[in-house]
Amino acid sequence: MSHDHNSHASGHGNLKQYVVGFILSILLTVVPFWMVMNGGFSTGLVLTVIAVTAIVQVAVQLVFFLHLDSSEAQQMNVGAFAYTIMSVAILVIGSIWIMHHLHTNMMM
Amino acid sequence: MSELTHQQHDHAHGHEHHHDDTEITVFGFWTYLMSDLILFTSLFIAFAVLHPHVADGPSAKDLFGETLDYVLIETFLLLISSFTFGLAMLASYKQKKQQVIGWLIVTFLFGAGFVGMEINEFSHLVHEGYGPDRSAFLSSFFSLVGTHGLHVSSGLIWMTLLIVQISKFGLTTNVTRRLACLSLFWHFLDIVWILVFSVVYLLGVSS
Repeated sequence: MSHDHNSHASGHGNLKQYVVGFILSILLTVVPFWMVMNGGFSTGLVLTVIAVTAIVQVAVQLVFFLHLDSSEAQQMNVGAFAYTIMSVAILVIGSIWIMHHLHTNMMM
Repeated sequence: MSELTHQQHDHAHGHEHHHDDTEITVFGFWTYLMSDLILFTSLFIAFAVLHPHVADGPSAKDLFGETLDYVLIETFLLLISSFTFGLAMLASYKQKKQQVIGWLIVTFLFGAGFVGMEINEFSHLVHEGYGPDRSAFLSSFFSLVGTHGLHVSSGLIWMTLLIVQISKFGLTTNVTRRLACLSLFWHFLDIVWILVFSVVYLLGVSS
């Protein structure tokens, strides 16, 4: 029991983690797919659900498949990941900002 | 990364020099994956900026609206392969060589199925005259999805080599370290695919 707990806490990965991650991933894939195929929902709602389920599924796989967690052993990995996400955010937000202005100016 | 902590476990039982190498190698590989994430980010941005520019050709909605089921099956193939790779990793912790090889072969087959379906989709598009030269939208589509497909294909080659190495050398420290790196690579590609599926296909069809 305590051994199980230890291996879980240090991100070793166990069967339960993989199964839970797998089932959650399937659900988070099927829900937005079903909403898109079904029609009948407002575009705003569908877009929101797609965005939210995608982000949640990425988080689920990072935790359950890649075993990123707050343990000391993962500090370097999480740090590198956080830095990369910051770079990604600068790239994405910066690009949207620039392209939006460009688009607006071209229209004038 | 699981390998990394796996080794730390062993530290408690007895210090061995080569463990430090594994830890550093796996962290180094993770750093490579982070730079790969920047590469994919750039391709996603290019797609986001260029996808409305269809040059009077088909839009994402026209192309994928009817065949979204096909892409869902691709998604499941890759997701299942990610799961079965996890089972291979669990078997490697228990030093069960045959099980590791078995799960890697299963993973390979699902991965190959994914790549096969993607090649089929691409050749259909090109055949209908909707290749990467048709419009800015299709250029960015083929760049993004194709780069992911190339990554998965390299992963398949790497996996084949590892299957040979495991059957030849057994689960030695070197082989296990390579397995840990490939595991990160494979799960990472599944995560990138979730974003491709959501942004290119689901958002493309619904917006």
